[in-house]
Amino acid sequence: MQLTLWTYEGPPHVGAMRIATSMEGVHYVLHAPQGDTYADLLFTMIERRDRRPPVTYTTFQARDLGGDTAELVKTCVRDAYERFKPQAMLVGESCTAELIQDQPGSLAQGMGIPIPIVNLELPAYSKKENWGASETFYHLVRTLLLPQVPAPGTTREARPADRRPRANLLGGTLLGFRNRDDVKEVTRLLGALGVDVHVTAPAGATPELLQRIPEADFNICLYPEVADTTCRWLERSFRMPTVRTVPIGIGATRDFILEVGRVAGIDVQPFLDRERIGQATMDSSQSLLPWYSRSVDATYLTGKRVFVFGDATHVKAAARIAAEELGFTIVGLGTYSREYARDIRELGAKYGVEPVITDDYLDVEQAVADAAPELVLGTQMERHIAKRLGVPCAVISSPIHVQDVPARYSPQMGFEGANVIFDTWVHPLMMGLEEHLLQMFREDFEFGDGAAPSHLASVHGGAPSGAVAAAVAVAPADEMLERPEPASIVAEITEPDLPVIVPTTPAVTSAAVVVSATWLPDAERELKKIPFFVRGKAKRNTEKYAVEHGIDRITVDTLYEAKAHYAR
Amino acid sequence: MTATIPLPVRGGCTDLPIAPTSNATQLPVLKERGQREVFCGLTGIVWLHRKMQDAFFMVVGSRTCAHLVQSAAGVMIFAEPRFGTAILGERDLAGLADANDELDRCVEQLLARRPDIATLFLVGSCPSEVIKLDLSRAAERLNERFFPRVRILNYSGSGIETTFTQGEDTCLKSMVPHLPASTSTAPELLVVGTLADVVEDQFTRLFRELGIGPVHFFPPRRARDLPPIGPNTRLLLAQPFVSETVRALQARGATLLSSPYPFGVQGTNAWLRAAASAFDVPESRVIEVTRAPAERASKALARFRERLAGKRLFFFPDSQLELPLARFMHHECGMELVEVGTPYLDRLLMEAELPLLPGTITLSEGQDVEKQLDRCRAARPDLTVCGLGLANPLEAEGLRTKWAIELVFSPIHGYDQAADLAELFARPLERSSRLTV
Repeated sequence: MQLTLWTYEGPPHVGAMRIATSMEGVHYVLHAPQGDTYADLLFTMIERRDRRPPVTYTTFQARDLGGDTAELVKTCVRDAYERFKPQAMLVGESCTAELIQDQPGSLAQGMGIPIPIVNLELPAYSKKENWGASETFYHLVRTLLLPQVPAPGTTREARPADRRPRANLLGGTLLGFRNRDDVKEVTRLLGALGVDVHVTAPAGATPELLQRIPEADFNICLYPEVADTTCRWLERSFRMPTVRTVPIGIGATRDFILEVGRVAGIDVQPFLDRERIGQATMDSSQSLLPWYSRSVDATYLTGKRVFVFGDATHVKAAARIAAEELGFTIVGLGTYSREYARDIRELGAKYGVEPVITDDYLDVEQAVADAAPELVLGTQMERHIAKRLGVPCAVISSPIHVQDVPARYSPQMGFEGANVIFDTWVHPLMMGLEEHLLQMFREDFEFGDGAAPSHLASVHGGAPSGAVAAAVAVAPADEMLERPEPASIVAEITEPDLPVIVPTTPAVTSAAVVVSATWLPDAERELKKIPFFVRGKAKRNTEKYAVEHGIDRITVDTLYEAKAHYAR
Repeated sequence: MTATIPLPVRGGCTDLPIAPTSNATQLPVLKERGQREVFCGLTGIVWLHRKMQDAFFMVVGSRTCAHLVQSAAGVMIFAEPRFGTAILGERDLAGLADANDELDRCVEQLLARRPDIATLFLVGSCPSEVIKLDLSRAAERLNERFFPRVRILNYSGSGIETTFTQGEDTCLKSMVPHLPASTSTAPELLVVGTLADVVEDQFTRLFRELGIGPVHFFPPRRARDLPPIGPNTRLLLAQPFVSETVRALQARGATLLSSPYPFGVQGTNAWLRAAASAFDVPESRVIEVTRAPAERASKALARFRERLAGKRLFFFPDSQLELPLARFMHHECGMELVEVGTPYLDRLLMEAELPLLPGTITLSEGQDVEKQLDRCRAARPDLTVCGLGLANPLEAEGLRTKWAIELVFSPIHGYDQAADLAELFARPLERSSRLTV
């Protein structure tokens, strides 16, 4: 038993729903009690789907338990087949049904329904949503393709020279972070490379289409959390190679192109020649990220302390972009994807930080507070954590909120994805010129402590002071930070009329080390000369330094000794 | 029950009409059994924890339960919510770990972390019910250790036993045995069912002006401050889903005042009069006290009546509020009722509402969502009240919808919310008339 206040991932059957709802022609019969239908809202509200998820729930009740719940399953399976006429059916159970052991999948398979029926056994008490999605996708693909698996030892026919290489894009699902646009962007990129996309799945596929997977030359595993198991099975059974580089970020996109070239047997060098690595010009890449990052305004990004948390795929990608493409310093990283703990530990070792592998957001909150980052890249939960701690944040990973499904095209993958990432991560930060001006004017009387970056008026609560705001090119307001606090798919709509409850205990109590050192007046005056946006950190660091060095009175010297000590 | 039960409503242009000769009391109820697109009782935690700010709700359940409550509640905005889930793991099921020891450990961990908690509810779920984890014994055991610092109670919010708002009913029922016995020899009023604090304050003022008192509200704002109960307690229901609680309170000697629910001007008139007659408040005094707020509310309501009158309304079952809301929309906003669905029909609690519904509606209990959708599509109502799982899909089919859940979370009771309530129904129609895209 584990006390949980909030969970990054839902149960595994929600993962199965993501597969079913992403596809057409699939129906999922879920043996589950009343209430489990809440999961429909994830799709109709967060993703704003205009159709109900293709899921039939048996919604058994206590009074059914003494009777024949198995019969209820059969009735539901039969009715769902008659009503929806799917090409394939998934049959499984949620946590409660698992306990009553009706084995709905086997029951359904014995009913003589003339379509493939996939028996989903997803252990709800040990596994979670992404695992459920991965298993479901794998079992569906396997069930549909098993009749086509060639005899062992069969060699795969080479691609005819006059046919363009074909790739399948595997792993995109609803509720995945920007998957909809990633699929489009990667399809476009592959087209430019001379590769045709054959099947895109699960998102946008039908069971009929899945049966055509082996017609492609190779698979591209867009999201290992969902598609890795399937890709491995296709490698084993059909000898289809897999492209594993996830093209998020400039470096990863270039690596991806090279890998596609190698796996597809095509020359991608002419395409890559358009990418002039290390050159500081506007046309050095098909993305503006490299030039923007090298432009002088971005100097202020140097060494910005960043904390990264999310699913494994997005954390790996974000860490690389942060370190290599924007020049940030990674002060903390982690994932809730325990299946990928090893990868993330390696990543932590690479950047010299202790990774946080947890699905307890309070641990993440503590780690963020301890790391004192200047930017947090995370899920919607980290966005809330960052907000509480007063740190800018950009969302990079599921679990998502309705605002992570924007109307505009905003992929993460490929060259356009890199543009989107540059804007999304940098806007929450102080603009370079603005930071410089704040430094210059900080002694001016107009410049009170309430002055915030002009485009982030709401973050610090104060309106920007006239002089600074006028001098600075005002960046567009960051809607993410200025929007009223989103709550949930449900409460967001209904919040305003209810009294807001202020948490009764502070979430983070140990962010500041217990202070035993006192500030002498001179030192305190000196502290006030430090720009407000780094003052908190300077104060914390000085106090920490004082405590560690047994100093009980903080002087001006202590302040500067601490500054030198923590200088990066 | 007859079609002409005497209502404590007499005279005045804003009063409820005397029951029509053909009303819903004798209507055959369409009882349906099938997929229910309704939340389970755990969802009640979302408003109960807001109402009782010294209480913590610990679901003993699965990851699904945790995911459900957080999806419905939006806990992300809170640093640390006052609810959580003790998630059962394989070890608990395999018997490797004694589930009771594990539960005690979780409670210890929580209470150490949250010294501000005065009442802890252990909330049963589908899995805890199915594995027969006895939470009442667990509560007893834990009370031995933690009471009086913390009172530990238990109730079930499981989907196999409760539907959506029934979670409040089972929660309140668990508190009934702990209510102190009233020593009062004069009548006392107990208002049962969660009200938004702002509405509670409005009613408190009205009761004071009417000379009705003492008045207590159940649930209280702090779970510690339990209201007294005894043979002189008169029960006035604010919510139509407190069936079991009412029966438990009756067993402790309280008397139920039958009344329509305080939705709309007429509903609020009738509701206050039910209390007034139990406390022998003269009608002249009632008129004196309620005239101004009732007139104000009627005026505010008139604007929305224009938009709503003659429009056809269809209710999917959701919160148990369907019948009283349908009555309000019909009588005070002029809407035509097509189907009124309710998760379950408790005739005791609907005694005063049923006669006010026209005998021409389809009254359905329970749900087979596919069949109900078929009926809804065939009827093509102007407005459909349904859950969020159905709303966007129905909008895409060209039907205007009103999310039912908002009716549970918003203050909609009483005079000063009557127009707000009508506005919630008018908004989707207003919106659709504005948009050209």
